Amino acid sequence: MAATEQEILAGLGKIVNEITGIPASEVTPEKSFVDDLDIDSLSMVEIAVAAQDEFGAEIPDDQLKHLKTVKDVINFIQN
Amino acid sequence: MSTNRVRVVVTGLGTTTPLGGDVASTWAALLDGRSGIRTLTEDWVDTVPAKFAGVAAVDPGEVLPRPEARRLDRYEQFALIAARQAWQDAGAPEVEPTRLGVVVGSGIGGINTILQAYDTYREKGWNRLSPYTVPMLMPNGAAGWISIDLGAQAGTHAAVSACATGAESIGQAIEMIRSGRADVVVAGGSEAAIHPLNMASFAAMRAMSTRNDEPHRASRPFDKGRDGFVLGEGAGIIVLESEAHAKARGAKIYAVAAGVGITSDGHHISAPEPTGIGGKTAMLTAIADAGLSAADVRHVNAHATSTPVGDEIEARAIREALTGSPLVTSTKSMTGHLLGGAGGIESVFTILALSERIVPATANLDDPADGLDVDIVRGEPRKLPDGQLAAINNSFGFGGHNVAVAFTTA
Repeated sequence: MAATEQEILAGLGKIVNEITGIPASEVTPEKSFVDDLDIDSLSMVEIAVAAQDEFGAEIPDDQLKHLKTVKDVINFIQN
Repeated sequence: MSTNRVRVVVTGLGTTTPLGGDVASTWAALLDGRSGIRTLTEDWVDTVPAKFAGVAAVDPGEVLPRPEARRLDRYEQFALIAARQAWQDAGAPEVEPTRLGVVVGSGIGGINTILQAYDTYREKGWNRLSPYTVPMLMPNGAAGWISIDLGAQAGTHAAVSACATGAESIGQAIEMIRSGRADVVVAGGSEAAIHPLNMASFAAMRAMSTRNDEPHRASRPFDKGRDGFVLGEGAGIIVLESEAHAKARGAKIYAVAAGVGITSDGHHISAPEPTGIGGKTAMLTAIADAGLSAADVRHVNAHATSTPVGDEIEARAIREALTGSPLVTSTKSMTGHLLGGAGGIESVFTILALSERIVPATANLDDPADGLDVDIVRGEPRKLPDGQLAAINNSFGFGGHNVAVAFTTA
């Protein structure tokens, strides 16, 4: 049973908060990790690895750079 | 005495040590003669001969927000905490970013990160390593993070000279301001080396005390019963500033960072040169650099680590270099030896001794070694006289580094 969008969003919010200290409530689908949430490339790697552990979806490095927004990551995990 | 040179003053102090999480608590503990050394409780203590250390009184993880702490090695955590304290203490000076520098080093660097990351790599593979592994293990990492925190753009440096690191950093900062490269420099040293590999490696050199039944009495510089140093952890960082810059903003001035002397033994990788000429020359150079005479120095915070060889050689160097009967103390008797952090915290203590005119006693000095012939403060702290005074912080390191920093009353 795949996780719903809401479940993934909640999980990502928790991961982003753990890694960067940004409140989970600010992690909303339209937000850009770099431009809106001010997350750097090293932290993005951490978030991707944590997301793999949480949702079991591997995010290859060449895909990671295309995942600009929270919604992009949710879609990637769902697919 | 050079009269046209930029004078450098100290306007902020920060420490986190085995005695306290800040300057006030550490200094109060020193004047009380308290020990920051305790028995370690980790599983690995059974594998090493010395089973005690000076663990930081306040865990840095309790001070820093978790997202920040997790991307910093412990030595970087201590450094950032001490640097922020010093910066606040200095009144968070307004300074052009291009006129603000950082000189903060470590003797060993991020060794906890190196060893933990190697385990992760072997057990789980490269892609499970934190992407912050390299910035956490590099010995210039603390300096880099502090420069980011303060927006310093005049140059960021990391001296690496083992146990002389903290003092050498302060010496470099003095020269950075004098040379006109910066108006304000944040400088000092940090260390977080209480790890079984370090405890084992120092034990392999037969350098550590093994007084396991009395940890608080194990660090006993200048005492006949001393049997090695006691490892401590933490950081000491100060804000140095050109006198003109400090006065223009009405800053509180603790002391003048008047001079620095740096020599090298060129003799042995770890053993001190037996005549003490390197340490003596460092002190004399610092005095000359400060425009002082040998009789002006009324206090020395000695490097004295409680090893059988080093303390007596340093006493001889002090005796030969300084003619003003300085009050000598080794605060390592209470903090343990912070390696690269030592010169940082001990410069803070030297500055406070001048500004408060009181010298903490050397703890555990029950039976002074024969023939020291220097006035070591023991039992109770002793007052320094009124008037213009000078004091020296000595720091010596494996590799043959000798650094003396001279401070004078404000």
